[in-house]
Amino acid sequence: MSELNSMSNQAPESPERRRFVGAATAAAGLAIAPGVMLYQVAHGRPDDQPASSAVRWGMLVDTTKCATGCDVCVSACSTENGWTPVAESKHPRQAPQWIRKLELEDPLTQMETNLPMLCQHCAEPPCVDVCPTGASFKRADGIVLVNRHTCIGCRYCMMACPYKARSLVHEPLNDTQKPDVPRGMGCVEACTFCVQKVDRGDGNTACAEACTAAGHNALLFGDMNDPESEISRRLRELPTKQVRADLNLNLGVRYHGI
Amino acid sequence: MAGKIKSLLALGAVVLTTVALAWAGADAPAQASGAPKPVITKAVKGDQCVEDTDFMRRNHMKLLNHQRDKTVIEGIRTKKHSLKECIECHASEKTGSVAAAKDDFCVSCHSYAAVKIDCFECHSTKPQGPMSMHPLNAETAHYKHKLAARTTSEVSAEEMAGVAQ
Repeated sequence: MSELNSMSNQAPESPERRRFVGAATAAAGLAIAPGVMLYQVAHGRPDDQPASSAVRWGMLVDTTKCATGCDVCVSACSTENGWTPVAESKHPRQAPQWIRKLELEDPLTQMETNLPMLCQHCAEPPCVDVCPTGASFKRADGIVLVNRHTCIGCRYCMMACPYKARSLVHEPLNDTQKPDVPRGMGCVEACTFCVQKVDRGDGNTACAEACTAAGHNALLFGDMNDPESEISRRLRELPTKQVRADLNLNLGVRYHGI
Repeated sequence: MAGKIKSLLALGAVVLTTVALAWAGADAPAQASGAPKPVITKAVKGDQCVEDTDFMRRNHMKLLNHQRDKTVIEGIRTKKHSLKECIECHASEKTGSVAAAKDDFCVSCHSYAAVKIDCFECHSTKPQGPMSMHPLNAETAHYKHKLAARTTSEVSAEEMAGVAQ
């Protein structure tokens, strides 16, 4: 073990070394006692284990593959999480929207870009900074959530969010919520990266699944901390941007082609 | 002669009915003195709750509050004390919910104790999927016969209320 410690103290670490140390720690964890693990594998985390900061969930949006007029990601989100689609809402201007499609046009060249906009799951989230009750918080695995038990519906976070990603539920929902996704009038809500699916071990979000099923493959969800993951590999290869990168929020959603 | 016997029988019947009514009448004031007792329907699934019934009656709110913070903030989703699992077992067969009708499991006691439930402002009162598609997996398959027996001899909530009172 002492040998291991001295090795992990050496800096800087190459990815290979990090992987080796990780594997060695896992082996050590296994050896200490049956049932006691020091190193927890991120995917398929057991029910009784908390979300781990070894993982950072993120999404890569390839806007070059995002189709004009397609909104399967939006409808998949609404179905999974039980929010009424804006078109069906009685008050569309104040209807909750966890993800929305944007069509952008360059005024000089008329080049059109399609992209979904959702909570960017910042590493330094402004919504968390301003929340007066601590209801807005970032989970260990990088997912930014609202704790509805403490949210008072003041909407400070909605004003602070540079991405207009949050909405307030204005109307009573009358027991139409999904059992896995509690929502209620007077609380602010936003994209949760399908936290119920992530905790179940699906390792994917409803929007990304739907986009892949529709054959566009514009959305890729995964662990940005794992150098072996598909998303890390693609992020290494593709030039990507963060929206409003000038704010230095270190976003969990990266866009290619904007 | 036959007429006399008939009239005697009729008189007997009248006397018996009066006595029975008086008996029932004597019971009535006791009933009126208290609020109607809550209807506690046995859970559809399982014979025993995750904790003792007495413990649950006093402490279910503490367990639920503790579990909710663990789940929301840390992402720990153990099933034992989760509200979703309570609903899985205790949803009424009639309404498919724990809080839709006044005799449903949660509402029944809470209205008796005059304690407002906030859970269902946000949480669904129904288990995942309709009751007919209740997830009878390997864990609960041995309750299948119980469910089948219940569907044949259905006791209405009104009758149950009558029994409790």
